[in-house]
Amino acid sequence: MKTLSANALVGGLFVGAFVIVACLGSVWTPYDPMALDMKARLAGPSARHLLGADEFGRDVLSRLMLGASASGIVSLATVAIATVLGTALGAISGYVGGWTDRVLVAVTNALLAFPGILLALGLLAIFGANKFGIVLALGIAYTPSVARIVRGTVLSLREKEFIDASRIAGDSEIYTLLRHILPNCIAPLTVLTTSMFGWTLLSESALSFLGLGVPPPAPTWGNMLAAARPYLAQATWLAIFPGLCISVALLGINLLGDALRDRLDPKMRGTQ
Amino acid sequence: MTQLPLLTVEQLVLGTSAAMAPPVVDCVSLTLRAGERIGIVGESGSGKSMLMRAVIGLLPPGIVRRGGCVRFAGRDMSGLAPDDLRKLRGKSIGLIFQEPMTSLNPALTIGRQMEEGLALHTTMDASARQSAILAMLKRVGIADPDAAVRAFPHEFSGGMRQRIMIASVMLLEPALLIADEPTTALDAVVQRDVLELLHALVEEKGTAMVLISHDMAMVAQYTDRVLVMQKGVCVEEGTTAELLGMPRHDYTRKLLSALPRRAPARAVAPNAPLASVRNMKLAYGSGTGAKPVLHGIDLDIHPGEIVALVGGSGSGKTTLGRIIAGLLQPDEGTLTFRGQVVNRKSSGFADYRANCQMVFQDPYSSLDPRMRIGDIVAAPLRHEKSMRAADRRARVDEVLAEVGLAPQFAERFPHQLSGGQRQRAAIARALARRPDLVIADEAVSALDLTVKAQILTLLSKLQREQGFACLFISHDLGVVEQIADRVVVMHKGVIEEQGSRDEIFDRPSSAYTRKLLSAVPMLTPAAGGGIDLVWRAA
Repeated sequence: MKTLSANALVGGLFVGAFVIVACLGSVWTPYDPMALDMKARLAGPSARHLLGADEFGRDVLSRLMLGASASGIVSLATVAIATVLGTALGAISGYVGGWTDRVLVAVTNALLAFPGILLALGLLAIFGANKFGIVLALGIAYTPSVARIVRGTVLSLREKEFIDASRIAGDSEIYTLLRHILPNCIAPLTVLTTSMFGWTLLSESALSFLGLGVPPPAPTWGNMLAAARPYLAQATWLAIFPGLCISVALLGINLLGDALRDRLDPKMRGTQ
Repeated sequence: MTQLPLLTVEQLVLGTSAAMAPPVVDCVSLTLRAGERIGIVGESGSGKSMLMRAVIGLLPPGIVRRGGCVRFAGRDMSGLAPDDLRKLRGKSIGLIFQEPMTSLNPALTIGRQMEEGLALHTTMDASARQSAILAMLKRVGIADPDAAVRAFPHEFSGGMRQRIMIASVMLLEPALLIADEPTTALDAVVQRDVLELLHALVEEKGTAMVLISHDMAMVAQYTDRVLVMQKGVCVEEGTTAELLGMPRHDYTRKLLSALPRRAPARAVAPNAPLASVRNMKLAYGSGTGAKPVLHGIDLDIHPGEIVALVGGSGSGKTTLGRIIAGLLQPDEGTLTFRGQVVNRKSSGFADYRANCQMVFQDPYSSLDPRMRIGDIVAAPLRHEKSMRAADRRARVDEVLAEVGLAPQFAERFPHQLSGGQRQRAAIARALARRPDLVIADEAVSALDLTVKAQILTLLSKLQREQGFACLFISHDLGVVEQIADRVVVMHKGVIEEQGSRDEIFDRPSSAYTRKLLSAVPMLTPAAGGGIDLVWRAA
């Protein structure tokens, strides 16, 4: 337990940096992220604008710092919604079985049949294109994948003898589910949720690209990336820096997720 | 005998490539002449399978040959190119694995799979191959070979699949057959039939055979010579008769003494039954596709007795056990406990739960991998409302001590324990609430021979001390003979016969019971300190 794995170290470093930047960005940025400065339009990285300026002369570094918190909150909330909903549905579906299972499987399969982004688009039309709408829409769009993974895991766990042992001990079904089944779903869930962070960051940028993301001028990494597209030839850094931020954050989250999964698995703790 | 040996293994050392790690197989030598049959006996981790994998060049990744050599028919196997080795496998050296459920490809018909080897290694044309396959399937006892070649593996039972596996291996008439635990996954009667078949085929074709098993009695019956392996080292080698009658090494003696043998009969006072089952019926599925499993079972369990429920796979014994444990709802029939009818809806069910506990077959899946042993054992105590936290901890320590686990095991996770230790923990959990009835479903079947003997001894000791009644479900009659007071024989969902252990083992009345008994040897002490095995007539 004393030594941190390389995964935990690198992942923790990246995610820690992400969190610090996001917190700092919401109280202080080098420039006003919304301030227009037409003189600095599409200015390259320099001492004045460390990461350059965008098509309206807004400081990219400042916008990235502010965007970190917006992107972070959007993806965190999305993943939370999808994980909670999906785990609940998957667990009920797998554990109760029978007609409940059939109906839930039919519904999740129907939802899975739509591409996630299309489903989110439809839902956004209902919820409206703002932060809450995006979180809700993406959260619901990712729920079926979580539900499916959890259901499969629950189905295989249900056959294990320790579940029978829990019944023999006199535990109620709910207790058995909460105490013995769900904790054993954690490994596949951590892997799934960490990759879901990546999907949301990317989907959010795709939605922004379609004009349905977090509405401008508020910056997110996704809509900054989307807004940079027309200027790709003139000002490459506009796309590179948000893209780099997304990649590094994702790498960090995935590494940390792997480390977390190992840490939560008693088998990886070694013999005492 | 100036004939050249078929297979020689000289001073073979196998291990991981890390020089510091202890070898998996350490300096083992053996010689096998054409037509000779030898057995390799050892418990899990003894290196017995690894030794034979080295012979055919199929070592698992990470294990390498560190020294010694393997010579087959005069050729050094380590010098052979992968292609030459491949030509040898199947044609000259046949291999039969433990798990018939997974060693046949589920996507290919039996005919296709059997033909593969013939097409690869012989010059026969298609029609000759076909007739050879049909003849072989008939020989291994497949009732309708024409239908079988077009059938898929899932259409056959485990025993039948193993017959098919034997047929496809023997079809190529290899000079050497390696059978690695060929019948471990099968029940006693099927096991015996399959081994008899294997033995007869090997005799017919003059094939040399290496039989790998943890079951000393089984190996003894079918081999001329035996190697005993322990922790990668060959501790004793000799003719089968010598080894059984006059074992020289302590470990061999330990293995022999671990073979189950009959304990003196106990007198159980005639009492009102503790638990009774009347007219129990259950079918899986419903409507016209329903498959009846139990056809009206009547069974009494008296206080303080060990009742063994025996039968082959599909006899319904496990289903009956699960009904009595309250895990399954029967279609019809009643379960009474101390004169009170119990079912999931009755008011006394919580009390019955406290009094009827269960020990499962697989100690690897019966303990929650995320919980510490102490919490696992304490789990049933959650429902003892009168106990305080301190009482519960004291009870956990108490039962852990009873099953022979030191208090520090409470802090460990299941994966840190050996199979035997896990089964002890499972027994501790079952005894935590001081039940009157313990159902043990194949509780020792998954364990190694010596561990099995220890757990059996523990179970009967605890039963004597605490006086609970025990329903001991098993297909292994040797184990039953050692532990049971009374035996109930089940076959195809009905009770064939029941009686005291001595009655059933010495004077069986039903033909099915006699067939079951013919699969287990009677042990008698031999003059040299070993044992004699006597087989009952079917």
